[in-house]
Amino acid sequence: MNAASPVAESACAHCGQTTAAGQRFCCPGCSVAFDTIQTLGLGRYYRQRLLDPATRAPRPEADANLDLQRYVVSNPDGSHTLSLAVDGLQCGACVWLIESVLMREPTVTTGRVNMTSRQLRLSWTGPVEDAARLVNAIERLGYRLVPFDARILAAAHDVTGRTLLRALAVAGFAAGNVMLISIGLWAGEAAGWLSDMGPATRDLLHWVSALIALPAIAFAGRPFFRSAIAALRHGRTNMDVPISVGVTLVTAMSLSETIAHAQHTYFDSAISLLFFLLIGRVLDHRARGQARATAEQLLTLRAADVTVLLPDGSTERRAQQAIKHGDRVLVGMGERIGADGILEKGNAPLDTSLVTGESLPANAAPGSAVFAGTLNLGEPLIVRATATGDTTLLADCVRLIEAAEARRSRFVVLADRVARLYAPAVHATALLTFLWWYGVQSAALGQALLTACAVLIVTCPCALALAVPAVQVITTSRLFGLGIMLKSGTALERLAEVDTVVFDKTGTLTEPALALVVNGIDSASLRSAAALAAHSRHPLARSLLAATGPVVAAEHVVEVPGQGLTSDGARLGSRAFCGIATETQADGPELWFTRPGQPSVRFTFAERPRPDAAEAIARLQAFGLSIKLISGDNPYAVAPIARVLGIADWHAGCSPVEKAAMVEALAAKGHRVLMVGDGLNDSPSLAAAYVSASPASAADISQTVADMVFLGANLSPIAVTIQAARRARSVMRSNLVLAIGYNVLMVPLAVAGWVTPLLAAAAMSTSSLLVMANSFRARQT
Amino acid sequence: MNVILYLLGASLILGASLILGDGGLAFFLWSLRAGQFEDLEGAANRILFDDERY
Repeated sequence: MNAASPVAESACAHCGQTTAAGQRFCCPGCSVAFDTIQTLGLGRYYRQRLLDPATRAPRPEADANLDLQRYVVSNPDGSHTLSLAVDGLQCGACVWLIESVLMREPTVTTGRVNMTSRQLRLSWTGPVEDAARLVNAIERLGYRLVPFDARILAAAHDVTGRTLLRALAVAGFAAGNVMLISIGLWAGEAAGWLSDMGPATRDLLHWVSALIALPAIAFAGRPFFRSAIAALRHGRTNMDVPISVGVTLVTAMSLSETIAHAQHTYFDSAISLLFFLLIGRVLDHRARGQARATAEQLLTLRAADVTVLLPDGSTERRAQQAIKHGDRVLVGMGERIGADGILEKGNAPLDTSLVTGESLPANAAPGSAVFAGTLNLGEPLIVRATATGDTTLLADCVRLIEAAEARRSRFVVLADRVARLYAPAVHATALLTFLWWYGVQSAALGQALLTACAVLIVTCPCALALAVPAVQVITTSRLFGLGIMLKSGTALERLAEVDTVVFDKTGTLTEPALALVVNGIDSASLRSAAALAAHSRHPLARSLLAATGPVVAAEHVVEVPGQGLTSDGARLGSRAFCGIATETQADGPELWFTRPGQPSVRFTFAERPRPDAAEAIARLQAFGLSIKLISGDNPYAVAPIARVLGIADWHAGCSPVEKAAMVEALAAKGHRVLMVGDGLNDSPSLAAAYVSASPASAADISQTVADMVFLGANLSPIAVTIQAARRARSVMRSNLVLAIGYNVLMVPLAVAGWVTPLLAAAAMSTSSLLVMANSFRARQT
Repeated sequence: MNVILYLLGASLILGASLILGDGGLAFFLWSLRAGQFEDLEGAANRILFDDERY
């Protein structure tokens, strides 16, 4: 790029971005943030931040304010509470800074940041209106705060996690105690000088074990029992069925053996089995919960209120959902339209790429239909909202998604496929063992039952039930660290089976924002134009700034909304604003830059493939996947991108229905399709595909439908994930082979009646550890 | 007689260990309910702040 300019660069004192020489700050926002922090005497923040040298303070950006008061909860004691999602939180120092700033406010009673969930809980006494002031104090530092309804998010998330953790605590406590007692029992029956335990002591120890184990199993086993019953009710079977049957039978048998003063009980095996399994469940829940919560958080942070123009001429900010038919919505320049409707006033180019997949902005005039999610590139508009009922584009897509999901065959996870064969086989073996001992060998009823139960214990699928979740946890967390969020539990297994990848073009293969076409522009005028553009939030101004890198913002800049910026005679903006006599017709989005006494400069913008798109596509092809491009854009825009990226099989001008139909046609031919798309128009095909992915810049509905969401400007996460999924599948398979192989070795011993509680406990732990150790192979790339 | 004394002693020890264990379990369940496991990442970082106000 044109960074070859001779200007020496230094770092911004607040955010650390490079600035031009002699400048302490990169932008006015950083300067304000720095002053605020110093005035409050919190300068230690900059030193604490050095704990992690890679960390930079977030850059403050002006943003549309959300109506906070709607989310404020009033407490009975007169105080108020507000829950906010925090964007820009990077390390512990950020937490410290936010909390310290809030604590200097005398009215604040609680200001606590949860670093894991990236949420701020704020309580204060005094008027409700204080919310805006307090939130503003934090936003000045560069963090973005978005209010959310704590009652909705928190309630949905935590119940399962807490139940599992409580069950784990109880099972761990009981397993530890019972195991200690069992060591005494094993020692007592060992040969040699230790074997002096009398029958009364043994009975006592058995009873104490029962006392601990019975309530613990009843409590900690509930997650398994519940899932097993639910599966059986639907006439299916899953891994929890053999677990539940095994644990229940072993416990009942041990109790009857205790009553009968027998020598062996298996309480320790039953409870430690539950303990091991619960560890897996808790970790699994954590990993997936984190991915899903982060995906939700991304959507929360994008929430924007809509400005409604009231009949009396005043305006009111409302949540998108609260827009009614006939409301007149005001859409500022650079803002996304909040509701489907008819354009009533204004004339502006609209960036519809997120909705229709078209890369070039289309001009909208009064009377044209506009869709929610469209970006206004021009002057402020007034849109009359139309029925949010069945007629909107969104409703069409939702209908298509529902239809596609209904058609999609239920995917059966690997573990359940194994369980379908495994559970009947195990239970049949145990039954045959019982019949053999009771009927053929004429053993006593208790003895025959005991042997059958020993078979159930050694086959109880501890290692088998860990085989798949352990790999899933390890792979999901590794991908999460790379900014890839797998939202569905089965996504990993489905990704490993993919043989075709279908890409959308606009916003997926290409960058979400338009990029400056740099050729033919001298770097000096580019930098001066960018100095003006630094003051605007207009998407084209942002693209201009992105192309130049850090610049010193110009002074005395005035922005004329929808037209341009001006400062000391220099003008940056639309053709008309800069007073250019029309000689060439505008063939795309453009900005003009004029300065007194110098020739005017025209900046054009075009879509650009993501920086690593070609490389990522080549890598996918090297995996043996066939790549297709299905776009809603016109052929002239699709063909060059397809050629540059080396995609031979491309289709242009497809409607959402056609896209979904093509994906389904591929599926009908037996292909396993991974659909990658971002637009509203992609959402039906995302739902129709075998597995789906969306960039984090995608439309809300697409992100919700997709199995996987990836962050960042790169496309490589797709290849990384497929590789990780394939690796995970192979480790899962070797785990299953290990677990089943162990059973094949142990079952004959159990059938023969040679398995003592000690042997059962040792064998079970060894196989679980073996499977866990093997699972860590999934970490390697 | 000896056996009875021995069993009594064993029961006392087992009983004491169970009470202690139950105490630990109750303590953990309390801390879970009090929200101490809500933000493990934050807790790990908070020990590094030196506090001026307390």
